[in-house]
Amino acid sequence: MALEDLQHNFLTGQLEDLVRWARRASVWPASFGLACCAIEMMAAGAADYDLARYGMEVFRNSPRQADLMIVAGRVSQKMAPVLRQVYDQMMEPKWVISMGVCASTGGLFNNYAIVQGVDQIVPVDVYAPGCPPSPETLMHAILTLHEQIRTGELMKRRTSGRPTAVDSRQSPWTPDVPVAVRMGTPK
Amino acid sequence: MIPLPPSAPPGVLTGEGLCAHVSCYPTREQYVELVRAFKDDGFEMCVDLCAVDYLEHPDRALPPGVARTRFEVVVNLLSLSKRQRVRIRVQAGDEPEVDSLFELYPGTEAMEREAFDLLGVLFRGHPDLTRILMPEEWEGHPLRKDYGSGRVPVQFKEAPGPR
Amino acid sequence: MSDDTVRTVERVELLTAETSEGVQELQRRERTTATELGREVGAVLRGDGHTFDPNSVDYDRRDDETMIINMGPSHPSTHGVLRLMLELDGEFVLRTKPVIGYLHTGMEKTGEELSYVQGATNVTRMDYLSPVINELCYSMAVEQLLGIEVPERAIWIRMLMSELNRMSSHLVWMATNGMDLGSTSMMIYGLRERELILAFFEKTAGLRLNLNYVRPGGVAADLPDGWQDDVQVICDTIAERTYEYDQLLTGQPIFRQRLIGVAPILAEEALALGVTGPLLRSTGVAWDLRRAMPYLAYDQVEFDVIVGTFGDNFDRYAIRLNEIRESIRIVRQCVDKMPGGDYRSQDPKVTPPPRARIGESMEALIHHFKLFTEGFHVPAGEVYLPVESPRGELGCYIVSDGGAKPYRLHVRAPSFVNLQAVPLLMRGGSVSDAITCISTVDPVMGEVDR
Repeated sequence: MALEDLQHNFLTGQLEDLVRWARRASVWPASFGLACCAIEMMAAGAADYDLARYGMEVFRNSPRQADLMIVAGRVSQKMAPVLRQVYDQMMEPKWVISMGVCASTGGLFNNYAIVQGVDQIVPVDVYAPGCPPSPETLMHAILTLHEQIRTGELMKRRTSGRPTAVDSRQSPWTPDVPVAVRMGTPK
Repeated sequence: MIPLPPSAPPGVLTGEGLCAHVSCYPTREQYVELVRAFKDDGFEMCVDLCAVDYLEHPDRALPPGVARTRFEVVVNLLSLSKRQRVRIRVQAGDEPEVDSLFELYPGTEAMEREAFDLLGVLFRGHPDLTRILMPEEWEGHPLRKDYGSGRVPVQFKEAPGPR
Repeated sequence: MSDDTVRTVERVELLTAETSEGVQELQRRERTTATELGREVGAVLRGDGHTFDPNSVDYDRRDDETMIINMGPSHPSTHGVLRLMLELDGEFVLRTKPVIGYLHTGMEKTGEELSYVQGATNVTRMDYLSPVINELCYSMAVEQLLGIEVPERAIWIRMLMSELNRMSSHLVWMATNGMDLGSTSMMIYGLRERELILAFFEKTAGLRLNLNYVRPGGVAADLPDGWQDDVQVICDTIAERTYEYDQLLTGQPIFRQRLIGVAPILAEEALALGVTGPLLRSTGVAWDLRRAMPYLAYDQVEFDVIVGTFGDNFDRYAIRLNEIRESIRIVRQCVDKMPGGDYRSQDPKVTPPPRARIGESMEALIHHFKLFTEGFHVPAGEVYLPVESPRGELGCYIVSDGGAKPYRLHVRAPSFVNLQAVPLLMRGGSVSDAITCISTVDPVMGEVDR
């Protein structure tokens, strides 16, 4: 049997592409739900908007086993050091999605108690707007992050120092995979 | 309007209250006695205890004879058996300090700590009067009217700094 | 990051020092006063009605026999950012101290800077599982101060939305409680049912969660066309699924063993601590504000108040499951009895003019402008208005100085007060019972910390 007969059973590619594929197809979030956005994050992981299709339904409780921290909710002054501690305990490569306006900029609460933007504490890769963002918005943010991982933009972080933060709203990229979301009321 | 209970201290001023059967205005000395009298009269639950800073609204409506001060402690009591609600408003002073209701109603423990944390009202006899909502090193009492409410830079040593 | 030069051990110490909350935490016994020890032990009230006896606290334990463990604030039990410090003797809990404040948002301060129309957006985010009920409490308090009447239809719409919200809150509770006890399928079922209700909310109010729908004067918009069919579908589906939950959980031996007899509380202790809601009803006290001191139109609908017997975790589970069924009953009656009419008060001081008139009439334009920039003025006074939220008595204390913004907004959050029962409930149980105990107390940290 010649080697040419086995061509459909081999997958070849550049090492970086294979590593990026593995990394983006099984991003495990650390459970860091704080407030109302956490409920929408739970809804995104549940039946109707399923995160398991991206390999993400396992919310790892230990930050050592997690790749992604979705900061879902408002970060208060007392919680800020805890947030940083959990982020530091995660292993590289790690990413952060700032879910909701409270995590992105302080949101509705511009006062003494809320950190005005979680990017003052941890480097953020994708911001998802909304109060709370519906699970579809969160999934769009996650897919934006997957695209960043696929094209390798995030690998540049360590060499250049400052992270490149991408605003999910301004990205012209739309996913080329079928995104089955349900709009409107159930039948 | 319901009458005061029979064991209430004499001379407590009363008035009408919205969504309450009576609204009482004891002095700081009459405060715990009055609450004890209500408790003995069938008010089993202390529903709410909060404090108000009247720095910017000193001319609020009070019955004549009440010596108004900057801070006020407001207690709402509930009687399940009689289905009545009572509001007690005690003038706590400009440097607010009142007696704690912990011995009568243990459920006021967390509510008094919150009033202390956010408004600086001291409660004599409270078992553990420490901050409850703000971080331990916080200075100031945020809900006071002379405490600014605007944007505050994050108070955390290891932050990379504001953008 | 720039911290690469700092040695790892020093960094850990720095980080631990940053997250320490000093005297708010559980201290070692030698540093705790007798009264505080008694309170942390949970010896609040002996069943015979006396205040606590300090001699009943286990003073003979030394600090090196016990271990202080920290749970949270970031932990898998999905009840938010609650930090529990437990003092353990092996597996058994002696003392507990909940440390809260990790979600403190300064909502009471923000409430003083938002007008009365905007206030509902602020208050709705406190108890984020039952936003409509927060808004209802606030709006009714403001209407008491204004002295205006809300039309019949608005009252019934508010009641319908409140009961749907109660159902969705209890479904989230069943989902998270099931997951805490190990049943991940319950998590999926509870959230799946809830999606039906949220889709209806989205159709009516525009948002799934934190809907800014109930406002002072009525509701923001009328119910959409065909709402009766949508609500019938919700009721029928969820009614039949509650029987599936019975099959999955109620009779299941492991579930029963983990909940029956665990964390009991007596009625006197609950009343002394100010506990309300399913936690109080599980002790046998039939106190539900919808029945005892009715508001909205609850005296015109028939429903039962569910009461437990032993005050343990299983009673609280059963109460919440049956409250879903009672809410379905109320919702069906709302569908039958919904009156016609206005969905908000026509009082021009509170309600803006219809949008069509703004282009035609100068007065309408000015009126609209003033209402949405400055807001309406509320006469000076103070009010405390309670409603029954899925967690207990939710009250709103508003002080008005005659202006367009509240002078003081204080919300009596049921979970804040219910958390005081936790040291009492947890004493003597094991760590795994601690998880179920927190789960059945059902705290929502948004309203605990506000």
